[in-house]
Amino acid sequence: MNNRSATTTLLQLTAVLVCAVALAATLGFLKVSIPDVLSILFARLTQQPLPAGIDPVAATVVADIRMPRILAAVLVGGMLGVSGAIFQAILLNPLADSYTLGISTGAAFGASLVIVLQIFGLVLPPVVSVPIFAFGGAIGTLALVLYLASGDRRLSSTSLILAGVIVAAILSAAIGFLKFLADEQVGIIIFWLMGSLSGASWQNIQLLTPTALLGVLVALFYSRDLNIMATGDRAATSLGVHTVRLRTTLLTTGTLLTALAVSVSGIIGFVGLIVPHMLRHMVGPDNRRLIPLSFFTGGLLLLFADTLTRAVLPVEVPIGVLTALLGGPFFCILFKKRQKDGTTAF
Amino acid sequence: MAPPLSEQDTDQLWSLNEVSFGYGTTPVLHKVSLALRPGSCYGILGPNGSGKTTLLDLLSGLLMPQSGTIEFKGRPLHSWPKKQLAQRLALVPQDFMVRFGYSVREVVEMGLHPHLHRFAAPSEKDQALIDEVLRVTGITTLADRPVTRLSGGEKQRVAVARALAQQPTVLLLDEATSNLDIHHSLEILQLIRQRFEQQGMQVIAVMHDLNLASFFCDHLIFLKQGQVVCQGPTEEVLTPDTIAAVYGVEAEVTPNTFTNCRQVSFRLPVNP
Repeated sequence: MNNRSATTTLLQLTAVLVCAVALAATLGFLKVSIPDVLSILFARLTQQPLPAGIDPVAATVVADIRMPRILAAVLVGGMLGVSGAIFQAILLNPLADSYTLGISTGAAFGASLVIVLQIFGLVLPPVVSVPIFAFGGAIGTLALVLYLASGDRRLSSTSLILAGVIVAAILSAAIGFLKFLADEQVGIIIFWLMGSLSGASWQNIQLLTPTALLGVLVALFYSRDLNIMATGDRAATSLGVHTVRLRTTLLTTGTLLTALAVSVSGIIGFVGLIVPHMLRHMVGPDNRRLIPLSFFTGGLLLLFADTLTRAVLPVEVPIGVLTALLGGPFFCILFKKRQKDGTTAF
Repeated sequence: MAPPLSEQDTDQLWSLNEVSFGYGTTPVLHKVSLALRPGSCYGILGPNGSGKTTLLDLLSGLLMPQSGTIEFKGRPLHSWPKKQLAQRLALVPQDFMVRFGYSVREVVEMGLHPHLHRFAAPSEKDQALIDEVLRVTGITTLADRPVTRLSGGEKQRVAVARALAQQPTVLLLDEATSNLDIHHSLEILQLIRQRFEQQGMQVIAVMHDLNLASFFCDHLIFLKQGQVVCQGPTEEVLTPDTIAAVYGVEAEVTPNTFTNCRQVSFRLPVNP
């Protein structure tokens, strides 16, 4: 890969993302112009008083309500995209992602557990405990799914996804029980199940940013090793790749990205599956390109979807519902197309 | 720079001392002792399930012996850092499978992995090396094709090209030509033989076909039920007696002036 062209592409993508963020901030019930958005953000960042002629209400809406939500959409989308790329590459399975493997459901179970424990009087600081419980639930699910599928040494698509579906079904029942326990406060749990970014705060951004950065850097650091994994364990080992260490590190990284995303936004399906899948068709399977591109594309896609439900649609549809409604049919088309092509890589 | 490795005993590639290995409770290799030296093309032969591939996996460091010791170049095999080992040993596996649509060139470039710094791009010299191995393995015209769309034989040639791009001191072949037609088998084996004779690349090959082994190898090791039955220079050990003892078939071994090596014909014993 040419380093200079990679840097150019990266700068272009960052520019596109910044423009998209600025544009998204203008949209909503209260229309704000792009220059106003920029001066509000500039004033906030430099901690200077607002320039005259800008509505202070608009400033509060843009800086305290829209911006955290917009940034959360970008970060969550990017994290889901990267985690999907990691899962697909490490499990040699173009259909793997945190959603199909049940990891998202595991994370949601962990998050719901915190809410129920709080109802029963256990005081935990939610900003920290929700991500921690979500990660615990996610990593437990991953371990269980891998254990169930491990009878089949190749970890084939079928056994992994079946194991994921089974575990997710059990966890869904468990979440149902938690909902029953939550009684009147059931709405908060339903929020996790459908996925929504409406509750995103600056505190969430403080947690998501370093996690996203860490995840992307770890994945990039191992991206060439990840490519080599596509040729099987024996061949990869003979090229000097520590296959076991690589699997453990990257599965944990992918799970961490998913869990943190879920702890902020709830379950948002199909982004992690479709973004890397689609990109692989467009730019090839090289993870050195795929991982950064998955971040940008996932971020842009979720920002688009969230802006759609926040500012364009007459009623706010939960974003998880929206991505599943848009992504599900797309997935069906991919599935049918692969059967027609006779590709057996499934 | 790391201090140079002690490779005092360069006269020895591998020395195995009473190596045993099994999967679960099923023993596969039992107290195998071997010394492999540079200068011979080694062939490992034996019936299905005799432990040939397991032996190769032990030599490459993929598996750890359950008892006994393996040394490579005078140093315990498992004390070698993986990257340094990968700079010296390359493996052509039996069924080379690639799960995503990497181009042939990308797959061959993976062979450079142990020689490149983590974030380094291949230099012009590396690119020339890739061009050269694509050419000698006859896959230049396939270079931009996705490897998932190739036939079994083409994929196998990609695997050989990738192993050559790794510039190993020792090449390990695991029935590397069993998926190839006779023309491509001979072409690949001859190419590897040339590298052995002209550039001193050592070769250890698990083989299935006795006639190809006789054409290709200087030294044969016969395994049966996890033990070395006999080993030695090809012309000494490739005999009807050995073949009867190892495979349980009657064989006739005749020097052949056409191929310039010993050729074997078989039949099942009349009174088993």
